[in-house]
Amino acid sequence: MSGQPLVACEGVTKLYRMGAHEVAAVRDVTLTIGAGEYVAVMGPSGSGKSTFMNLVGALDVPTVGTISIAGRALNELDGDALASLRNRTIGFVFQQFNLLSRTSALGNVMLPLDYSGLTRAEAEVRARATLVRVGLGERMSHGPSELSGGQQQRVAIARAIVNEPQILLADEPTGALDSATSEEIMTLFRELNRGGITVILITHEPDVAAHARRQIRFKDGRVVSDTGGA
Amino acid sequence: MKVGPHFRTALEALQLNLVRSMLTTLGVIIGVASLIVMVSIGAGAQSAIDKQIAALGSNMLQIQSGPGNMGGGRRDQVGSVQMLSDRDIRALRDQVPSIVAISGQINTTAPLVYGNANWTGRVEGVGAEYLEIRDWPIAAGRGLEPGDMTVGAKVAIVGQTVVRELFEGADPVGAELRIRNVPFTVVGVLEAKGQTGFGRDQDDVVLVPLAAARARLGARARSAPDAVGQIYVELGSSRDMLRAAEDIEAVLRARRQLSATDEAPFSIRNTAELIRTRTEAQATMAFLLGATSIISLIVGGIGIMNIMLVSVTERTREIGLRMAVGARKRDILIQFLIETVTLCVIGGLIGVAVGVGGSYLIAGFAEWPILLRADTVVLGITASVVVGVVFGLLPSRRAASLNPIDALRHE
Ligand SMILES: Nc1ncnc2c1ncn2[C@@H]1O[C@H](COP(=O)(O)OP(=O)(O)O)[C@@H](O)[C@H]1O
Ligand SMILES: [Mg+2]
Repeated sequence: MSGQPLVACEGVTKLYRMGAHEVAAVRDVTLTIGAGEYVAVMGPSGSGKSTFMNLVGALDVPTVGTISIAGRALNELDGDALASLRNRTIGFVFQQFNLLSRTSALGNVMLPLDYSGLTRAEAEVRARATLVRVGLGERMSHGPSELSGGQQQRVAIARAIVNEPQILLADEPTGALDSATSEEIMTLFRELNRGGITVILITHEPDVAAHARRQIRFKDGRVVSDTGGA
Repeated sequence: MKVGPHFRTALEALQLNLVRSMLTTLGVIIGVASLIVMVSIGAGAQSAIDKQIAALGSNMLQIQSGPGNMGGGRRDQVGSVQMLSDRDIRALRDQVPSIVAISGQINTTAPLVYGNANWTGRVEGVGAEYLEIRDWPIAAGRGLEPGDMTVGAKVAIVGQTVVRELFEGADPVGAELRIRNVPFTVVGVLEAKGQTGFGRDQDDVVLVPLAAARARLGARARSAPDAVGQIYVELGSSRDMLRAAEDIEAVLRARRQLSATDEAPFSIRNTAELIRTRTEAQATMAFLLGATSIISLIVGGIGIMNIMLVSVTERTREIGLRMAVGARKRDILIQFLIETVTLCVIGGLIGVAVGVGGSYLIAGFAEWPILLRADTVVLGITASVVVGVVFGLLPSRRAASLNPIDALRHE
């Protein structure tokens, strides 16, 4: 592993204005995550986990502090560079899957490749291979409404990893799934991590967190415990 | 930047809302259709007038008995002193130097008989210079000559329609043609001239000397033996047209002792005037055309802009998702722009079809001259593209300016 951490947060604070006063969703968070780590982010509802994840995923910008991904400070990147980072370096899995409802599984997985400069044929080959990799070789042409929750989340995971990102971010990926399905999805994350991808996932469930080698706990926007890292 | 995926995405999005998409394009359909119909009518009218000008010749003046308005009923009220006459023609030839050729003309319609065949056609009594003025070549035989301008010369020149209707392959030159039962000898055949811009067949004609027309066919005004219906004048160059028209008017007024303010019992029509009329007609047409289609295109464009704004709002999460997986602002902008332009072009294509159909319907029912040109169709499609770009810009920019996390959170 290189000396440089994959994710580095330095005094990161995110403020939201709520009427007259400001709410700090994330307060002064400083931490690093190395390449290949498997990190569970935990904490009570409203403690700032999602806000933190969106900041790391370059979907949102901190009010104070800096975040670097793969050695690049996000605040120094322009919109196109951030888009390219989201396209190639980061994969994001949402709790509500966020699939395009009237597009097939294959079409959903091909979506990031529309912005990667691949030909349609190349994109299709790659998307098919990725769907096979997440265990959905069968139902590629089906739309989300014809898939179970677990299958939909597999499609979402395939979409997140189709461009072979270095970091996979997942915000409560099993929150909408039953426990048996959750277990399958967690197994998938573990396999992906073994394959070399850095996984950061938010979860409420201790047994899900137990899969991770490192747990970071949030409370009121602060990191209150961190079992590893710097 | 690849347009392919954007185009596909746009088509998919439009398909999902097929009915709404089609209703939205109605304005563009109407706009483009009216554009095509109006341009076709305009082009048709223009080409009719162009044909008319070409038929008359560009350096020709026509002087008509009667005041400016040429209603047939008014000519009878013109007194004998005021009728145009051979004396006017001689005066004009002497006093207006820019005239290179001049001829009187009287018209009548008469039964024509050759052998067993008969036909009713237009017979014109004209001077020797008439064909030169009309720039009308002879196909066979000869034209009228000064020697024919005596009362005894019963010669005739026939137009192509008369040849076709009466002679059926026989050589008309030398044949005996009975006009209102008076035998004339056909000495020449005119070349085909076709229709005037307003649909009159110019080839349905028999030309005879003016004197013969008066003496043998009774084609004259009762009160003035040397009267003519109109006078045709050829000028040295078309640039002299307006000056010559003034000179001619002055000579004719002087002969009638009319002051400049009296209403003239004759009117001078020249091709310059026709061209001016054409320009005015064109301007009116262009204004109507412009107004109708621009208004419908703007209304259509606003409708499309509106529906695209709705679509952007409905698809905010989709936009956020696309941004989350790597779409740049530019990608989103282009996606929505292509979607709007595609919508407009589909409307434009339907509009072209409706417009082409409408043009032919109008041509058929109203019997207007319609000229449908390829560049009119191109214009219609271009207009729809422009509407798409102009009215797609606002919704597309709104979509592109969304911030990914806010868009993703949108309910
Ligand atoms: N867009 C927002 N506007 C205002 N407040 C927000 C917004 N997003 C989150 N918050 C607030 O920030 C805090 C942290 O929220 P979040 O990061 O979603 O927590 P978690 O994911 O841990 O449940 C909460 O108090 C929440 O109300
Ligand atoms: Mg959350």
